[in-house]
Amino acid sequence: MSGTARIRQARAAEFVARMVLGAMAASVVAVALFVLGYIVFHGIGAIDWTFLTQIPKDRGREGGIFPVIVGTVYTTLGTAALTLPIGILAGVYLSEYAPRNYTTRAIRLAITNMAGVPSIVYGLFGLAAFVLAAGFGRSILAAALTLTCMTLPVVITATEEALRQVPQDLRQASLALGATRLRTIYRVVLPAAAPGIITGSILGLARAAGETAPILFTGAVFQMRRTPDGPLSQFMALPYHIYAQVTSVPGWNPTLVWGTALVLVAGISAASIAAGIWRSAQRRKVTW
Amino acid sequence: MVIPMQLSADGGAVITAVRDAEYTAEVTGGAIGSFSLTDVSVAYGRDRVIEGVTMDVPAHAVTALIGPSGCGKSTLLRCLNRMNDELGNVHVGGRITLDGQDIMGKAMDPVELRMRVGQVFQRPNPFPMSIFDNVAYGPRTQGIRSRTELSDLVEATLRSSALWDEVKNSLKKHAFELSGGQQQRLCIARALATRPEVILMDEPASALDPISTQQIEDTIAALKSSVTIVIVTHNMQQAARISDKTAFMLRESLEAPAFLVEMGDTKRMFTNPEDTRTESYITGRFG
Amino acid sequence: MRGLIYACGWLAIIILGAIAAFLIHNSVRAIQEAGIGTMLSTTAWYPTSSPGKFGLLPLIVGSLYVTGVALLVSVPVGVGAAVFISEFSGRRVKDVMKTIIEFMAAVPSVVYGLIGVAVLIPLVKDIFALDSGMTALTGGVVLGIMSIPTVITISEDALHAVPADLRRGSAALGNTRWQTTYKVTLPAAGSGIFAASMLGLGRAIGETMAVLMLTGNAAVMPASVLESVRTMTGTIAAEMGEVVQGGLHYSVLFAVGLVLFIITFAINLAADLVLERQRKRWRR
Repeated sequence: MSGTARIRQARAAEFVARMVLGAMAASVVAVALFVLGYIVFHGIGAIDWTFLTQIPKDRGREGGIFPVIVGTVYTTLGTAALTLPIGILAGVYLSEYAPRNYTTRAIRLAITNMAGVPSIVYGLFGLAAFVLAAGFGRSILAAALTLTCMTLPVVITATEEALRQVPQDLRQASLALGATRLRTIYRVVLPAAAPGIITGSILGLARAAGETAPILFTGAVFQMRRTPDGPLSQFMALPYHIYAQVTSVPGWNPTLVWGTALVLVAGISAASIAAGIWRSAQRRKVTW
Repeated sequence: MVIPMQLSADGGAVITAVRDAEYTAEVTGGAIGSFSLTDVSVAYGRDRVIEGVTMDVPAHAVTALIGPSGCGKSTLLRCLNRMNDELGNVHVGGRITLDGQDIMGKAMDPVELRMRVGQVFQRPNPFPMSIFDNVAYGPRTQGIRSRTELSDLVEATLRSSALWDEVKNSLKKHAFELSGGQQQRLCIARALATRPEVILMDEPASALDPISTQQIEDTIAALKSSVTIVIVTHNMQQAARISDKTAFMLRESLEAPAFLVEMGDTKRMFTNPEDTRTESYITGRFG
Repeated sequence: MRGLIYACGWLAIIILGAIAAFLIHNSVRAIQEAGIGTMLSTTAWYPTSSPGKFGLLPLIVGSLYVTGVALLVSVPVGVGAAVFISEFSGRRVKDVMKTIIEFMAAVPSVVYGLIGVAVLIPLVKDIFALDSGMTALTGGVVLGIMSIPTVITISEDALHAVPADLRRGSAALGNTRWQTTYKVTLPAAGSGIFAASMLGLGRAIGETMAVLMLTGNAAVMPASVLESVRTMTGTIAAEMGEVVQGGLHYSVLFAVGLVLFIITFAINLAADLVLERQRKRWRR
């Protein structure tokens, strides 16, 4: 084969490869846009003031989803209140205190593995540990604790990564001014790492808000008269509501179910987008 | 002059401290902020990197540490405010006193020491907060809360570091909006704000342009009447320009630890060094 | 405060240990009365008959079928897209793709399930002329789509970790981008891409809601992917609500959870070891 022929062949291969790989990437985009478009198209018709502020009627075939939204918001806030302090402190431990040894390696491995435990297994664990052993019953508290275990690895990893990006000499500058290690961490290092920590945490919490399997046995219920009145109350939740409608309500109302899905996805996306915008705004201000 | 004395059951140590303080007072005419190093050695784990450094750092003067890279200048500098403690697995041997007071023993709290011995780093490293908060960080750490007291302190230190005129109208501005040279002078102000006796500088101008470097050098010259300065520098001309005393360190091979070749008045070191190795380094034959 | 920080640091190990402990503790009755051997080797799943029959094989095979289909979807598409993003596209395309992948990862599984119910079940029914569109294939395809973000993200990380020098070196020898990619970059990132596929597998095998809504949940040994299957995750989700707490059926469901836990643990451990080795390789 002559040189030019070989080059021509290489160019052709390059072209084909680009097309095939590009088509794969494009198909991912297409699926994502289809998912987004489908939810919006079918759900938008349900969104009105009544839908967002009324209680479900006729087992959810009519009425609104107000208590469902409230239940998800409560559970997610509860999860945040538990996950953020624990996760951030754990991230601080890994980045600032952990020695380089096999124990630390084991902790890291445990965190990666926690992230891989199936959500339904967290559901089983939450049932056995929080609902039954700890005696919290099926409640917002038990569900939030279960979701906390599931979300912790995300928050820990985000915190550790954000802390690692804070330059070492910033810590030394604070120590050299006579600040203790703890003061250095909470006055200099954590504020500097805040954008990364918060963005990562919001993504994790948004995922928790959309989970169904961990709350199936730990407190989510299909129907409630009132909104939850305390942490030991049971609750309705957006993802569980969708599942329950589709699987146990004959003649479920597609418009309302898609509306519920739209509210859930819009809430999660809004939180993620807000986090992303805030992070890039902070980045512009703080560059190392 | 106040002699910082440790209440020690070991009478010998107290007497040494008193004698050191008297000696220091004699040499410096009563000014505070002088170090005395006796047979100081540093090891990273088992790797001995510095050995047998004995020298006196006079108060209210600029002492330059020079030598080829990797000769342990910065490591020795970090002994003076015990920043080596933070690196882990570093062992410092020998004896270091600040105004006669042993700074390596248990009796000296590294946090207290660092309020007396400030540090300015190679790269400007302001905290991600406002100019004011940067300077006020140290005083706040010391427990000063009064707004007026902090404002006075911030103004005074920013004047000392020759930054006041440039930032007096924008103290609330984020420190990252300053230029590199301004940031470094802010870091000097930040270090000055704890009213230290000594400021350690680890190649403070190496990341800066010539004009900013000049400004830093002017600041250093203005500061030495009130504070002792120990500066590590690569730049021979800089050492010659700004320092009163120069110490030359050398690590001849990776197997052997670094040591102090000689120390003396800067003028003499650069015109008439005693050791041929000093001469070779200064004239640029190695390093 | 320091003590608290240390305690939080260790919490991951404690939680993971607690998960294992609670699963094992609650599985004891199943292991004693139903027997591990029997559960793992028989095909009859009649948990509510008397006496109950607890053959897990249909559930395990059901999970494998669904997961297999999911891998066939997620790995080629995910790796291909990752290669395109990493090697053939500019910054802007990268940013757009990143946003889209983040969106896909953020959509809850129950919503994917809902879309599957509305779109894919009728489609599969029509294409293959079946009585019901609820099949292993349906669940697998949706699961594959759900795993794509994981596969893309980890693969892209692996490709990104290959030093740019290697690519430049290849380009300097007169190779095109594609030649560089398949001769140099892909082999160099191979182990990372393998790990990405495994993590995608782990995500698929542990996924619950979508399969529960899409596979029809028939607990019989499937003959093909066009039949209805019941996965391990789906079984737990569907039956846990109706069992007597502390009873044998309850315990067996925990045993199923334990099997899932062990499988995903092994997958994650293996993937982590592979990724760690790769990280070491490029660390200079």
